[in-house]
Amino acid sequence: MGKIAIQEAIEQVNARGAKAFVPYIMAGDPSLSELKDQLLYLQESNATVVELGIPFSDPVADGPTIQEAGKRALKSGTTLPKILSVLKEIKDDITVPIVLMTYINPLFKYGLGKVFEDIEAAGVSGLIIPDLPLEQYSLIETHIKKTDLALIQLVTLMSPDQRIEKLAKLSEGFVYAVSVTGITGERATISDQLEGFIQKLKKHSPVPVLAGFGISSPEQVAQVASLGDGVIVGSKIVDLQHKGEQSKIRELIHAATQPSVI
Amino acid sequence: MTTYAQPDINGQFGQFGGRFVPETLMRAVLELEEAYKEAQNDPEFHKLLEHYLKDYIGRENPLYYAENLTKKIGGSKIYFKREDLNHTGAHKINNTIGQALLAIRMGKKKIVAETGAGQHGVATATVCALLNLDCVIYMGEEDIRRQQLNVFRMELLGARVESVSQGSGTLKDAVNEAMRYWVTNVEDTHYIIGSVLGPHPFPQMVRDFQSVIGKETKKQILEKEGRLPDEIIACIGGGSNAMGIFHPFINDTEVKLTGVEAAGSGIHSGKHAATLTAGDVGVLHGSLMYLLQNDDGQIQEAHSISAGLDYPGVGPEHSYLHETKRVHYTSVTDNEALDALQLMSRTEGIIPALETAHAIHYAVESAKAGNPEDIIVVCLSGRGDKDVNTVKAALEERE
Repeated sequence: MGKIAIQEAIEQVNARGAKAFVPYIMAGDPSLSELKDQLLYLQESNATVVELGIPFSDPVADGPTIQEAGKRALKSGTTLPKILSVLKEIKDDITVPIVLMTYINPLFKYGLGKVFEDIEAAGVSGLIIPDLPLEQYSLIETHIKKTDLALIQLVTLMSPDQRIEKLAKLSEGFVYAVSVTGITGERATISDQLEGFIQKLKKHSPVPVLAGFGISSPEQVAQVASLGDGVIVGSKIVDLQHKGEQSKIRELIHAATQPSVI
Repeated sequence: MTTYAQPDINGQFGQFGGRFVPETLMRAVLELEEAYKEAQNDPEFHKLLEHYLKDYIGRENPLYYAENLTKKIGGSKIYFKREDLNHTGAHKINNTIGQALLAIRMGKKKIVAETGAGQHGVATATVCALLNLDCVIYMGEEDIRRQQLNVFRMELLGARVESVSQGSGTLKDAVNEAMRYWVTNVEDTHYIIGSVLGPHPFPQMVRDFQSVIGKETKKQILEKEGRLPDEIIACIGGGSNAMGIFHPFINDTEVKLTGVEAAGSGIHSGKHAATLTAGDVGVLHGSLMYLLQNDDGQIQEAHSISAGLDYPGVGPEHSYLHETKRVHYTSVTDNEALDALQLMSRTEGIIPALETAHAIHYAVESAKAGNPEDIIVVCLSGRGDKDVNTVKAALEERE
């Protein structure tokens, strides 16, 4: 577990000429009792890493699909302590590295002094905190450094060059290249600036570069994955899971992880 | 005595404030900070701003001695700073004109804003019409239903009003949607936030634009009384009218500053918006501040008869002034505000906004405890025309 687990999982896929695939699901959607089966399905479908969303009442970086998933999760009584307790219980069955995607406030309220150690103890390998930019990192720095958790940095097309370089160097586990300007959710087209952006990140980053936001079809998965080391797909996975179309999730994963389709 | 100089270079007021926004917005937030600094040091910008404040908004507005109310209560002398006489009827436009001029300086032609009751939305739509800027206003569907007239006003002024059905469909959700719109359209759009909230530099910038209230008050009270007041009272939702009138007095420690939050149906009912009285610290909408939240860090709904106070957070600078105890924060219920609104209407012939009525209720209590040599200034942040339907319904229900 920890930083190395994430990086190694991605590098192993890349070593056999394939690309990493990181699906996002919302913890507690539709309820926490299904989390184990959901994670096992993704693991058996060869997901490289799983990004697990923590529901928050005010998710400003998310589009309608993930907002709705968060609402369903909160409605079913999902809380961060409950999520951690389920993860701890199923720790031995889950071998795929897990990364939590959470806004800062649930961590803050839980207590920054203990939350990272509890997250690590639940078997989680890393964190993505979309509303904690570089400028506010000092708020958690001393606490997260007591653990081996990876703090994955989001880098955007909008970021100035110097900032791109700094974030790429700092990121642990992998770099999250935000492939669109805006919030999470499906997009019809992929930006033509994406290739140059990913190349820039790869030049500076000691860890793999994965692209996410707005990717929804197997074709887009293959196209974007080919530019870097892999892809992250959120809204589309949440949508398919909600509709009960699990087999289509597997198709998306395979579009990146099966070398034959690349 | 040390001189008050907040926020620090990181945009923090002590531990409060900061820039808790997605990376996608960081560039815009940093560019805005630079542009604001440049504008602050540019005499031409100030000249232009003063021109609009004077000839368009109608400043300076009066500091009015409320003789009838003072005599009726028989305690301290009560003055009102008449922000209700501004164009559009409230203090909100002091900020929207400043930010719109800044947006033009930055080459941005589109404006997005959120609104609760619609006052900030109308003030934003107004300056956008004046300065030929595209304008999108996000408003919760529940608020749209309650404030049809303000929706029509905004549309009449040429703005597009977008209904927000996410969450509970009120102000907090409108802020979320406005921020999402800004994240997506950040290259050509400026976000005019309506209070001393959001990521740095917004809380500082909105305070500075609103500080014209306190600067005028200081000059006027010295002219009329030859000394500073004993107490200044203002209502607090996000806290922009209060920050505006308090800020020029923060170093004058002999002046007591009092912020009045909305206690809704009463603090113990759980249905209130008294963030500093009954909330705790967390992060929302880009800033570390006091919030209403549950044990799991989920933000809770605020409740107040006045839509303008109906927000589950309070500006980071107020959070700081609460901890340093420079400002005293208290709260007033819906019913007390309704009483104060009627008293003010009958005694002075001024129908105040429901928000302002909270401050007036506390001022009356404070004046009762004072004596005729004491001076109280209340920020009359807005006029009550927008609230007459709400007031009518509430009074009928009470009978």
